[in-house]
Amino acid sequence: MTERELVIVGGGPAGLAAALAAGEAGVKDILLIERDQHLGGILNQCIHTGFGLHRFKAELTGPEYADRFVKTVEKAPEIEVSLRSFAVKLTGDRVITYLKPGAMEEVKARAVILATGCRERTREMIPICGSRPAGVYPAGLAQKMINLEGWIPGKEAVIVGSGDIGLIMARRMTLEGMKVKAVIEIQKTTRGLTRNVVQCLEDYGIPLHLRHKILKITGRDRVEKVEVVRVDDNFAGIPRSGFEIRCDTVLISVGLIPENELLEMAGAQIDPKTNGPLSARVNFTSIPGIFVCGNAFRVYDLADNVSLDSESAGRSAAEYLGKGSADRGNLS
Amino acid sequence: MNRLMICIECPQGCRLSVETGGSRVISVTGQECECGENYARQEIENPVRTLTASVLTGSPALKMLPVRTSAPIPKEKIFPAMEEIKKIKVPFPVETGDAVVKNFMGLGVDLLATRKSGRSFP
Repeated sequence: MTERELVIVGGGPAGLAAALAAGEAGVKDILLIERDQHLGGILNQCIHTGFGLHRFKAELTGPEYADRFVKTVEKAPEIEVSLRSFAVKLTGDRVITYLKPGAMEEVKARAVILATGCRERTREMIPICGSRPAGVYPAGLAQKMINLEGWIPGKEAVIVGSGDIGLIMARRMTLEGMKVKAVIEIQKTTRGLTRNVVQCLEDYGIPLHLRHKILKITGRDRVEKVEVVRVDDNFAGIPRSGFEIRCDTVLISVGLIPENELLEMAGAQIDPKTNGPLSARVNFTSIPGIFVCGNAFRVYDLADNVSLDSESAGRSAAEYLGKGSADRGNLS
Repeated sequence: MNRLMICIECPQGCRLSVETGGSRVISVTGQECECGENYARQEIENPVRTLTASVLTGSPALKMLPVRTSAPIPKEKIFPAMEEIKKIKVPFPVETGDAVVKNFMGLGVDLLATRKSGRSFP
């Protein structure tokens, strides 16, 4: 087993910013492990613009935003990056086990930062009845298919939930020649940013049905149609308000859940409602020396804010290791 | 005439009240920065959008290369531009910011790679 000063799990916006800030604060021995073959995390599939407005005063795409951090990380002698490395175990005394091609590694860290991001809520987490045909995708998965793999998921789509990923995908699928027939949102207002409603839906004439829900998905092998109904203030369907939309694809964009299996394994306290760490201070956990930052701590709207708070995590880890001083950011 | 608009320059999404005379903008209120006024003018007089998409590389290391227009293009050019983008293949290595197509469709903008692509496919 090797020993390291600081191990960071996750090479997305959170892990990259945390690594750089920890290095600047004086940590000299940082291992950054990333399961993909590239750094950048989810930014790589977010090919739309809207990143970096606060931080760089420029409107960047996700890959461009990631690139600025990756270039700096690659030049930092104190940061070693291990790609295609998947963390499978973390103990309370900070031993991390990870798999990489052909090997299983164990490393004992004096401090750990978990920057593991979040995962999507799925169809199973919202009550939609009906059959289980092919063609139902979480919106972020569809984004990965189109933007990274070059696969078009279908011809005619309905999007459930008006989260930002769903709105961005409505535009993206339209540009790729699909017909997006509707976005269905159970709440009175959209969950996504207003600018995304304007530039992703209104620009392309895609109808947004607020206070509606999908009652049923029908299809034998492939999705054939969805049944939509208007809801009252208790989200119950209003009788005789229903209508059908024929489609072969349904995207689910109903929120994100922080990914904290490693932290749970280590024995830290997790908030059962949010799946984030139970903590009085941003980036801290119930175990000293184990920090969590970015979407794994709480789901952010903007990558710029992930970078900002993750830098604070890097400085907190440095302070824990006896270097520099961390800022005292409290949960807002 | 008064028109209500939402500024899409940044995630703030300011609600703008725009006074127009014909196709010209007379005054803009409700913006929190100067972007709002510029956006309202642009949106009424000649609406433009930055287009992003991804193109094939033919390389197994990175199958799709993300691209963007170097500046916003007129809204009505977006679908014709997508038709062109679908024909593009970039089998050669590029760096972030390299022009994949110069003066794309004669619009006076370049189509830029927004990511580094790996080695070319042998």
